[in-house]
Amino acid sequence: MSDLPFLLQGAVVTASVSLVAIVLGVPLGLALAIVRWRRVPLLSPLVALYVSVIRATPAITLALLIFFGSPSLGIVLGAAPAAVLTLLINTSAFNCEIWRAALIDFPRDQVEAARAFGMPPRLMFRRVVLPQVWRTSLPALVNEMTLLIKASPALAVIGIVDLTRAASRIGAATYKPLPPFLAATAIYMLLVMLFVAAQRYVERRVRQRFEMA
Amino acid sequence: MSRDFLVAFAHYDQYLSGLWNTLWLSAATLVLASIAGCFVAALMLTRHKVVRLPATGFVDAMRCVPFLLFAYLVYYGLPELSIRLDSWTSGLIALAVYHTAYVAEIVRGAWTNLSREQIEAGRAFGFAGLPLFARIILPQLFFASVPLIGNQSIYILKDSAFLMIITVPELTFAASSVQSTYFVPFASFVIAMLLYWLVTLVIEAMLKRVELAAEVRRA
Repeated sequence: MSDLPFLLQGAVVTASVSLVAIVLGVPLGLALAIVRWRRVPLLSPLVALYVSVIRATPAITLALLIFFGSPSLGIVLGAAPAAVLTLLINTSAFNCEIWRAALIDFPRDQVEAARAFGMPPRLMFRRVVLPQVWRTSLPALVNEMTLLIKASPALAVIGIVDLTRAASRIGAATYKPLPPFLAATAIYMLLVMLFVAAQRYVERRVRQRFEMA
Repeated sequence: MSRDFLVAFAHYDQYLSGLWNTLWLSAATLVLASIAGCFVAALMLTRHKVVRLPATGFVDAMRCVPFLLFAYLVYYGLPELSIRLDSWTSGLIALAVYHTAYVAEIVRGAWTNLSREQIEAGRAFGFAGLPLFARIILPQLFFASVPLIGNQSIYILKDSAFLMIITVPELTFAASSVQSTYFVPFASFVIAMLLYWLVTLVIEAMLKRVELAAEVRRA
């Protein structure tokens, strides 16, 4: 019966590593998207290359590169920072594409109207563009968060004992793999549903504030 | 650093055989999952609850579970049922079954979004049965789902890397074994990443051609 606390510990690891990567990755993706959107010379093609390569890289390969490869660059990372960095790099590339799609679709006339009123670019971005763009990006961003949770078992290769790893260890110790796997599946479903429920809640609040009033 | 890359390049045969295995597993999965996915999608669309509910339950469960968890279940769970398979076979089974669910969801979505008017019009022009399916329904279903299934093939490619954990000798496994023998971690995994990138670029280029063909058809 000590298996359940072990499994829950794994769940806490999965949830917290994913959460840190999400909290840092959503704004990082936005920053990368703005670099692309503004066509910042030199940086913009670099970001495009970064996004293209990272989106094609399995999380497990990225985790191995960051954990075992970083000492070659003179940086020594522990397993936990390497884990967060792996998920952060992975999700930032996908988030960049989501934000960028929303920015490209942003109506041109609103930008021109704001400019005609003499709004400085930064203020315009904060008061006109961002409040609308985050709402159109939200469903895709939440979808990416659930994909991130599903990619997080890759961290097992650098020694992180996450939910999947915990389930497989219990299965190996008890010679009964099915019960821990079903329990882990239920916890993953719960985590995913938590994010989806949060999205629904935010969407409902936004609708009440902006469309009912 | 450049010495590391030279050391890694000297073992290019290992990367190539890893890449070959990755491509083989991904292609086999794509074919198996596409066939089985259409079948499961048909089950999800029937009126019979006895068939529909298990099919939908399977698809929803797979979409909630990380691939590695499912691969572990297949690898460690099947021996429990006294089915003994090597890591390669159980890896392929895990990949194919897992992605069958995703393909089924794509095909189901394409079917649901099919325009009813065109089918009615086809009927009015005297199409029925197999010709109706082959000439009116199938082309639309194909062009609606192929871009998404192509996108899914990139996920298949990336999920195949998880199989290194159950010792399938694919690309990441090859990179990992070169790095642990000669201790060239940075160079070794960068080479693997570039190879994955190359494959993805090829897949994306092929998808663009299908989308062009779809546009030509529509025009």
